[in-house]
Formats: sequence, C-alpha cells, structure tokens
Amino acid sequence: MNADAGIRARFQLDYSGFSLDVDLDLPGRGVTALFGHSGSGKTTLLRAIAGLEHAPGGMLSVNGDVWQDDAVFQPTHKRPLGYVFQEASLFPHLSVQANLQYGQKRVQQAQRRVSLDQAVAMLDIGHLLTRKPARLSGGERQRVGIARALATSPCLLLMDEPLAALDHALKQEILPYLERLHDELDIPVLYVSHAPDEVARLADHIVVMEAGRAVAAGPLTDTLARLDLPIKLGEDAGVVLDAVVAACDEEWHLAHMEFAGGRLWVRDHGLPIGHRARVRILARDVSLARAPMTGTSILNTLPAVVVDSVDDAHPALTLVKLRVGETPLLARLTRRSAHALELMPGQLVYAQIKAVALIG
Amino acid sequence: MLGEPDLAAIVLTLKLASVTTLLLLVIGTPIAWWLARTRSAWKGAVGAVVALPIVLPPTVIGFYLLVAMGPNGPVGQLTQSLGLGVLPFTFAGLVVASVFYSLPFVVQPIQNAFEAIGERPLEAAATLRASPFDTFFSVVLPLARPGYLTASVLGFAHTVGEFGVVLMIGGNIPDKTRVVSVQIYDHVEALEYAQAHWLAAGMVAFSFVVLLLLYTLNPTGRRA
Repeated sequence: MNADAGIRARFQLDYSGFSLDVDLDLPGRGVTALFGHSGSGKTTLLRAIAGLEHAPGGMLSVNGDVWQDDAVFQPTHKRPLGYVFQEASLFPHLSVQANLQYGQKRVQQAQRRVSLDQAVAMLDIGHLLTRKPARLSGGERQRVGIARALATSPCLLLMDEPLAALDHALKQEILPYLERLHDELDIPVLYVSHAPDEVARLADHIVVMEAGRAVAAGPLTDTLARLDLPIKLGEDAGVVLDAVVAACDEEWHLAHMEFAGGRLWVRDHGLPIGHRARVRILARDVSLARAPMTGTSILNTLPAVVVDSVDDAHPALTLVKLRVGETPLLARLTRRSAHALELMPGQLVYAQIKAVALIG
Repeated sequence: MLGEPDLAAIVLTLKLASVTTLLLLVIGTPIAWWLARTRSAWKGAVGAVVALPIVLPPTVIGFYLLVAMGPNGPVGQLTQSLGLGVLPFTFAGLVVASVFYSLPFVVQPIQNAFEAIGERPLEAAATLRASPFDTFFSVVLPLARPGYLTASVLGFAHTVGEFGVVLMIGGNIPDKTRVVSVQIYDHVEALEYAQAHWLAAGMVAFSFVVLLLLYTLNPTGRRA
C-alpha cells in the first residue's frame, strides 16, 4: 500500500449551533461506516466529501487524487463519486432506464468500469427499466438509486442512510444487495448510518461521530470492542466476528462457525462449509464463570482472558472486555457479579454465550 | 360580422402576444431562477419590482414608459443614438411595454416551479456528473414544464387583454398599434355595438378556452 492510498479528509465547518471538525484517514477499500446519532455530523461530513457542502479550508484526497485542498475545489460534478441519498431522489420525469443512463452517459467511455447491465443485474431491476419512478415501491426506488450511482463507475461510493426511510421488511429486501456490492465490487464505500445492525452487517471499518467530532475510528471488530468509547450503544453493545462455516451437525441443525480464537455453534441456515459469514455477539448475551460449567443449556462456552472493564451506563452494570484467542469479546455483568468473581485483568474465565446471531 | 379593420386588429394582437410571450420566457427564466435560488438581500426588492405591474394602473406604467422611451427620455436617447428612432407609437414600442406589463405573470409561475423542484434533484444531478448548466436543461426545465405552460398561457392572455398601456404608448394606429382591446373601445365610442359584441364575445370565448386548457392540461401534482 503506497502512502497515497486511502481517503484523507479534513474538514472544519461552523454553522450556528453545530460545528464539524474532523481529520480522518480512512481505508481506500471496503465499507467504512460513519456511525452516530442524528445531529452528530455524519451526513454533513458525507456531503462535504461529495462537495455538496462547501467547506473552505478543507482537505480531501481519495486514493491519491486531490479533490479539495487550499488551492483546489473540485465541484461535485467533477468528483468521480456515487451518492445514494436517503430518499432515492430519482428524476421523476425520466424512466428507470433513463435515470440509470443519466449518470453513465456523462462518464467518459474509457472510465466506465461498471456496465449498465452489470448495475441492473446486481440490483435485480431488469424488470423495472421501462417504469417511471412514481410507479416503483420504496425498496425498488432505492435499488434503482443505488444502481444509478454504480453505473457512473465511481471511485468512491457515498451512501447516506440508504435504508433509513424504509420499513423493516424493505430493509431486509435491500441489505442482501448491499452485501453483494461489498463482496463483488472493489469500490470503497462510506456508509452513513445510525443503525447498529446495519453497521454490524455491512461495515469493515467504523468511524464513530459525536457532536461533529470523530471520537473513534478503526477496524469494526476492534473498535466495537473498545471500552474507552463513549458509544452509547446500550442494548446494542457487542462485537462482530468474521467466521467460516467449519462443520454442520445435521441431526441438531447446527453449524459450527470457526473464528480466530475458537468455534461457535449457531443455528444451521443451510450455508455451505467454507462460507464466510459474520457473527454478532451482544454484550448482554455473554456471562462469565470462573470454571467451565456442566449441566447447562448453554452451547457455547469459550475460555477467555479478561482484558479490562469499565462502568456501564447504569450504575449496577459493568462492561468487561475479554479476549478469546485474538478475538475481542464484550460481556455485560452486574457490578456485584464482577465483584464476586474477583475479575482482574489477565485472569482466565469462561465466557458463556447465550445467543449468537449469524448476520449475512 | 368582423370587418377588415377588426381582422387586422386580431392579427396584430396575436402577433404582439406571441412575440411578447416568447421574449418573456427568455427574459423571465433567468430572473425567475435568480429569485428562486438567491439568498441575496436584494431578493425582496427585485421581486417587488417584478410584481409592480400587478398592482399599478396600466396608465402609470404606460406613462413612465412613454417618458422614458420618448425623444428626451434615457431610453429614447439611446435608441436614437443607435439609429432606431423612438419607440412610442411603434409595434416595437408596444412589445417593450407589453414585456414590462406582463413580466410578473411569466416570472412568478416559473419561479414557483423552480422553487418547487427544491435542492435535491440538483444535488442528485451533480453527483451524476452533470454541470450546473447541463442540470438546468436536463433536469430543471423538464421538471418546471407545468410552470412554463402556466407562464406562457398567462403571459399570452394578459398581453392580449392589455388596454391602458397600449393606449398610452401605442395610441391607435391601424396595423401598427391598434389591437383588439383598442378596436373594441373605438367601436363603442362610435356606438357600433354589434361590431363591439363580436370582438368582445370573441375575447371572452378566447380567454375561457385558454384558461380551460390551462386547468385541464396542467393538473397540479401530476407530471407527464
């Protein structure tokens, strides 16, 4: 990796009542989630990267190309990016096909890496091409919006809460397509979201935004497991692990997932052996014991080492960070239990995991 | 029935209204765009000036235009130095006056249409590599089509219906400045009520048909 690779972004913006002040060095590949509550500045940051928000004095380079610095300000239409808005924002006077072509025909032939057919196939919208946007469902509109952005062969894909305007069922309809983009295309994505489940499912890296500042940034697994973060995830605190289907137990309909540090039983969803998938373990589903338990219904018990612990939001609770092999894990206990177990950093414990969610 | 002078007046009126409407669409578009998009402190003042003809008596507009375009007025001096003579009592003078008089009826519907489009389609077009100029023709104009239809119809109909300004600036010269409204006035003055009826009823029918087309072809909320 050369020194230019990646996305360098430095922006300072002052509005009345809100300021954005970030200096980020983001990976030039994979999905980076800009995560935070509404008002944390994540959308403003995305808009500044797109050039939709004029941020004087800002600096932005994408994989070596300077889009903005003290001397240069490329206007939005000169930045090779794709942008997916929260509402698909299709052009109502154009058919789906013409919407898709709108961006593509404005890109020079030599720079077209994603064909229209590819974009159509990837989002599965071939049957919608002749329709007007007014005759599409919300989910279909958003798929067309994503395909339209892809058809410009962007060097950077910016997505501003593309699922936030959709209900749960439609979200489930779109998520697999987003995962597909992640797996099949080599386009770096900045994905703005306030939904932990979307981030857990899609992101490789995460930037946590709060009050216009980036309070944490790094690989997803490590960052989610940090204790010093003011991520007020509440019930959503937990870790995400990359795992591979190692074996299937047909009698009990369970799959054995292998990750760096151990194996976990999960419900068998029919995934083939060798398939890569993500596993999410919430801190509230992990309890600790000093010795391995017998006579328990819990399937997954992993030996772990205590790394550290911090007070949780509620005074009765504490959040304990563990390490299973190389993999971090979070457990939420009452302070009383932690006291009774006499937990110390470096100590060996057994993490009993009540629920493991297979995501994607 | 309609006599030769009546037909001449009708032809002149349609010519005046067509030329005026075309000019207004060209002049009104940038004004409407600026008014719809600007955050300048001048927005209110410019908007008010554009809207003035709605409230002013046509004679007032006609009077000032007459003074300005007359031999001693600033516009008159300019046109004379350019070798164009003076504009009052010519067809060209009537066109200039009509453009002022009908300006708000063209600018306001277009401005409303631009404002209704909002920021988002422009931003979407920019992220799809369209320059602002390109965006205007490929996104803004098509989306503002209903506004343009309204503006054209209102601008045309309002010019057809003008009387006071014409009288002040154009007088009553056959084939040059005698439009239908003036012709009707002449008929009534001469107590030729039958001829006045033909033209007047024709104007009523014309205006009704125009507005009917406007309201049936351009229902709000549906874009073809």
